[in-house]
Amino acid sequence: MKAPRFAYARPASVAEALALLDRHRDDARVLAGGQSLVPMLNFRVAAPKVLVDINRIAALSGIKVTKTHVRIGALTRHVELERSAEIAKHLPLVAAAMPHIAHPAIRNRGTFGGSCALADPAAELPACALALGATIVVAGKKGERRVAAEDFFKGLYTTALKPGELLVAAEFPLPKPGDTSAFGELARRHGDYAMVGVAAHRSKKDGLRVAFFGVGDRPEVLEADSVEGVLSKVTDLDPRADLHASGATKLHLAKVLAGRVLAQLA
Amino acid sequence: MNAPLETVAIALTVNGERVERSVPARVNLADFLRVELELTGTHVGCEHGVCGACTVRVDGKIVRGCLMFAVQADGCKVDTVEGLSDSREIEELQSAFVLTNALQCGFCTPGVLMAAQALLRDLPNPSREQIREYLSGNYCRCTGYQAIVDAIEAVAKARSVR
Repeated sequence: MKAPRFAYARPASVAEALALLDRHRDDARVLAGGQSLVPMLNFRVAAPKVLVDINRIAALSGIKVTKTHVRIGALTRHVELERSAEIAKHLPLVAAAMPHIAHPAIRNRGTFGGSCALADPAAELPACALALGATIVVAGKKGERRVAAEDFFKGLYTTALKPGELLVAAEFPLPKPGDTSAFGELARRHGDYAMVGVAAHRSKKDGLRVAFFGVGDRPEVLEADSVEGVLSKVTDLDPRADLHASGATKLHLAKVLAGRVLAQLA
Repeated sequence: MNAPLETVAIALTVNGERVERSVPARVNLADFLRVELELTGTHVGCEHGVCGACTVRVDGKIVRGCLMFAVQADGCKVDTVEGLSDSREIEELQSAFVLTNALQCGFCTPGVLMAAQALLRDLPNPSREQIREYLSGNYCRCTGYQAIVDAIEAVAKARSVR
């Protein structure tokens, strides 16, 4: 099908975008990469009156490394993360996740912020943000606020974003020397959304943080001091049946995949 | 541009030619190319980004033509399979596809050619596994992919010898 009628606005700055979002509130949707929103429009599961296209706001794009964290702008395309030497160096978990996200033509267009703001429970980047303890930066009329990834992803396609707000970036703490990470997912076809996925991070200070995705209405984080500790908690997950498999099958796959992925943590 | 509009004036370059039109905001780029510009080489299959038949190049990068609105291509350089064919950029790929029977009904072929050309720019010497992975977003319901991979591999090898 085709998208329903809408009015289109292309703000040139974050301030302009926020003014549009504030004016149109629930009638407006932000158009970033459009790789999920446009299918939703074509299927008519979304029918906003106004689309606010943020693609020309240069300030929302790019990867910046500071002394304490890596900041990823909301409009940073998947392909930029995939090819970034800084992401490979500082956030190897994110680098490992990128080839699993859809296909080249979609990674050329899809954005980091779009993936987080959509909060698909089977998506890779929200799981990485949770495993790495990222902070989501949100702008609104009254200024910026910071939300821990744990508090940002609230449920099925649901986040802490309020009407009129715009996700502008995420800040990932710089891993410490000796930290390790590993990523894996199972999908029917390369690039499809995961049947089950695992994003794992181990730090000397905080132990293991493992985000499972595709197993519930949002990524689930399991924490423990050891690989065995995490594996013993996998049965706490309670995946629902979906198009791919029954809940019991998904739980089995989560266990098998967790074993494989965690074995990669040196 | 700030006030939301349902119809927008756009100017873009398509296959090297400047195009100016007024388009409803809801028209996607693939439909704009097909209906408004009569460039019907870009095919429309699933209309939700799964099949890859609508693959076109925007500012040098392949994208799904069905997941971008024409209005978003305002000011951009768009290349379609007609452009790549006329400029002979994909001449070797086209010949290899014919030689190896890499198409039957041909519906997916324009999108596959666009993706294959992007692949060979990104990875001049891809393994068969890399070819399959790169083309994972392009459905072909006839060939079983084997001959498509053969054709792309043959072109990569021929280009690397030169």
